[in-house]
Amino acid sequence: MTALQEVTPQEREGVRREALYFAVRNGKLLTGFGVVAVLLVLGLVGPLFTDVPPNQYGPRPMSPPSAEHWFGTTTFGQDIFAQFVHGLRSTFAVGAIGGGIAAVIGMLVGFTAGYRGGVVDEVLNMLTNVVLVIPALAVLLIVNAYLGIRSVAVQGLFIGLTQWPWAARAIRAQTFTLRSREFVDLARMSGAGTWRIITREIAPNMSSYLFMTFILLFGGSILIASSLDFIGLGPTDAVSLGLMLQNATQWSALQLGMWWWFVPPGAAITAVVGALYVANVGLDEVFNPKLREL
Amino acid sequence: MSLQVSDLRVHYRTLKGDVRALDGVSFDLADGEILGLVGESGCGKSTLGKALIRMDGRMRRTGGTVALDGEELPIDDDRRMNDFRFRRVSLIPQYAMSALNPTRKIRRLVAELLRSRGAAVDPAELESRMAHVGLPPAVLDRYPIELSGGMRQRMVMVISTLLDPSLLIADEVTSALDVSTQKAVARALLGFRDSGYVKSMIFITHDLALTHHIADTIMVMYAGRLAEKAPADVIVKAPRHPYTRLLLDSLPEVGVRYADRRLDGIAGSPPSLLDPPAGCRFRDRCPLAGEECGEDPPVTELAPDHHVACWKA
Amino acid sequence: MRRYFRRKLLVYGLTFFVAVTVNWMIPRFMPGDPVASMVARANMTQPQAVAAMRAYYNDLFGFDQPLWQQYLSFWGALLRGDFGLSIWLFPTPVGTVIADAVPYTLALVVPSVLLSWVVGNWFGAYAARRRVLDNTVLPIGYILTATPYMWLAVLLAWGLGVVAGLFPVAGGYSFSMQPTWSWAFLLDLLHHWALPFLSLFLVALGGWAIGMRNMIIYELESDYANYLSALGAPSRLIRRYAFRNAVLPQITGLALQLGVIVAGALVTEIVFAYPGLGSLILKAIQNSDFFLLQGTFLFIVLGVLIANFIIDIVYVVVDPRTRAGMAGADA
Repeated sequence: MTALQEVTPQEREGVRREALYFAVRNGKLLTGFGVVAVLLVLGLVGPLFTDVPPNQYGPRPMSPPSAEHWFGTTTFGQDIFAQFVHGLRSTFAVGAIGGGIAAVIGMLVGFTAGYRGGVVDEVLNMLTNVVLVIPALAVLLIVNAYLGIRSVAVQGLFIGLTQWPWAARAIRAQTFTLRSREFVDLARMSGAGTWRIITREIAPNMSSYLFMTFILLFGGSILIASSLDFIGLGPTDAVSLGLMLQNATQWSALQLGMWWWFVPPGAAITAVVGALYVANVGLDEVFNPKLREL
Repeated sequence: MSLQVSDLRVHYRTLKGDVRALDGVSFDLADGEILGLVGESGCGKSTLGKALIRMDGRMRRTGGTVALDGEELPIDDDRRMNDFRFRRVSLIPQYAMSALNPTRKIRRLVAELLRSRGAAVDPAELESRMAHVGLPPAVLDRYPIELSGGMRQRMVMVISTLLDPSLLIADEVTSALDVSTQKAVARALLGFRDSGYVKSMIFITHDLALTHHIADTIMVMYAGRLAEKAPADVIVKAPRHPYTRLLLDSLPEVGVRYADRRLDGIAGSPPSLLDPPAGCRFRDRCPLAGEECGEDPPVTELAPDHHVACWKA
Repeated sequence: MRRYFRRKLLVYGLTFFVAVTVNWMIPRFMPGDPVASMVARANMTQPQAVAAMRAYYNDLFGFDQPLWQQYLSFWGALLRGDFGLSIWLFPTPVGTVIADAVPYTLALVVPSVLLSWVVGNWFGAYAARRRVLDNTVLPIGYILTATPYMWLAVLLAWGLGVVAGLFPVAGGYSFSMQPTWSWAFLLDLLHHWALPFLSLFLVALGGWAIGMRNMIIYELESDYANYLSALGAPSRLIRRYAFRNAVLPQITGLALQLGVIVAGALVTEIVFAYPGLGSLILKAIQNSDFFLLQGTFLFIVLGVLIANFIIDIVYVVVDPRTRAGMAGADA
């Protein structure tokens, strides 16, 4: 027992150092997180430097990008760059809230089902499968249409409530394999409770996996939020990239050739989500020795 | 002479540098001989097994030659080596229980594999060989997952030897089995040799006791080098290398009460093969080590067929 | 196998039950008087429509009845195929409105899902472990799968439609045409169908290619692949086995992705004003046509459930393990 305690932290330390070694040399990981970081900073800092409110009508409608309006203006003279940076902020917010809530629910359900097994597992598995099969966007349509979503936070909340099932399933499967491992047995024999075993023994041993799950949930939440916004069920008192796309198509930016209206918001969503996915592949290579290329 | 390995050196590329997994190993294997290859994990015995049939991407030959039936094996040329695989050199892998494609019925799997190598299935021969290891013909119409682990392994044994290879490498085939099944597998392998399905065999294991039952010759490896090689009885009854002796001493004996005697492994651990120290590699753990052990001990033939690499032997 | 189907059907039955219940519950959670607010939000001009609607709502919701009775009569109406009347196209029954739109959506979704699946799997399998291809297919795949459906649709409509003028960018067929079974009309239909189809196809393609590539790599590292290589089997055979085994999880993936792809189809239709369920949803939202919205919701859920069941059957046919009574796909 003492020997084990002496060895394990060292081993974990070693694994961590090795992971770091590969992480700083993994192009996919660095590019992915680099793109995300740049856009995140833009979303955080940008709104502080745009002095016009994003939805304020301006004097010069429909003007293409210029020194004054970096991304041009809308049919109503709104500054698209101002909308863009505010929209980025909403996008990250909805990803963090939706992805975070989905990850928490997914972990709760997955750990409980995987660790307890038996009837608990049966019931939770059934619940997971039911929510998994229902098309999330359709449910969100109904909910948003009736309740009228006002803020990004509430939108994120509802998205989180529909996105968790696949995460729960994946975490359940992982927990299943860890449950019968020696160190878990050891903890159980030494009288640790379920919660303690899950948080101290099981979760740390799949922390990289959990993190990657969260990243995927984050990206998925952004995509589904942009669809909702585009259909016209976005937050009513916020700016978002999806709403920008909706406005652009609604006010015929296509027919008018105002590409500067609809290209930036879509490109930003694609960049954020794509970079997250690529970073995820990088992470997978870092943590999974089999995938490393020597 | 079936197999001749001379001064074979195989390195593993890793982050920290080259690991000298095989560092100058030479031995011969006669027709009809079964060689038991023994040693601790990491001693290079599995590397040797792999090197003789299929090196993985991280392995590199840095020296030495391998000849099979007088013909040199292009062990580091994956493409040219294909001509030898299965027909001349074959393998029963460590993972035999999961070595069959789960979504093909056995019959089709065997047929497709043989056809891809330009051979045809002789159903009668296949079934008789299956009977040899106690598999009924009905197994052919099953999916691998419908068979028990032991049955899958025996099926792999039959498949691997279908083309009557000169050399069969059996890599840790018994380590996952219980004792009675181990005996059965060992007997089946002996039967393969006696029926001429394979000419000679390298039986890789960490189980000295089991090797004794099946092997004609036993080769003990330590830290990427040969320590001792001799007829099985000699290794067990009159070992000369201190490492072999310690290895034998660490075996539990039936009927001995271990309360009286502590059951020990060998204290210490083998040196790192990243940058191994000069001299005898067993020096640090050896109870007999002395001055001269600072220099590499040559492999010498102390008695006919008894090779030892030790100054003190 | 019977157990497998029993479990699946149980899940689907339960799902449908949950969906209907959600559909029933949500209007009752609305703050205030739902009928009044719905009528007010419907923003209708015809007085007889307002009156009829009010009466209809009150009758349908049956707010004077106990809750369980309201719930039962909701199911009763549903089982009779009565989804209510559309407000937007008053007084057309919702069922009729949906039935008119469904062929368009199916014509988009079915070919794009199947083709993107086949082509994506093929691409992914081919690219796996081939360095140059892998380095091109992988990034393109990730960009495609990260693209919001509506954005690619907008880009295609702009590039190939507005700028190049090759394709029409709105509607299911030209305004000047009347739906008939003539070649001219069918060609026109196809012409309008091409861009929305391409858009859906491309976004979905990326995901399948990546999934397949990863599965193939996993399979090529499996024990059976190593064993075959050790026996000198040609990589053709090993890749064939790997492909065959990697397709199985991709079939399961198809079931999991259905919801996402249907969602993609909805927004794509909106971009192209394609007269399917997506455009219907937009109209329903713009006109506060809640019956139409709810009807469409149930219809989509039902469609996804049926598609799931078809995929389950296909899986049993393709994976010998489920037939052999062994554990195969997770229920």
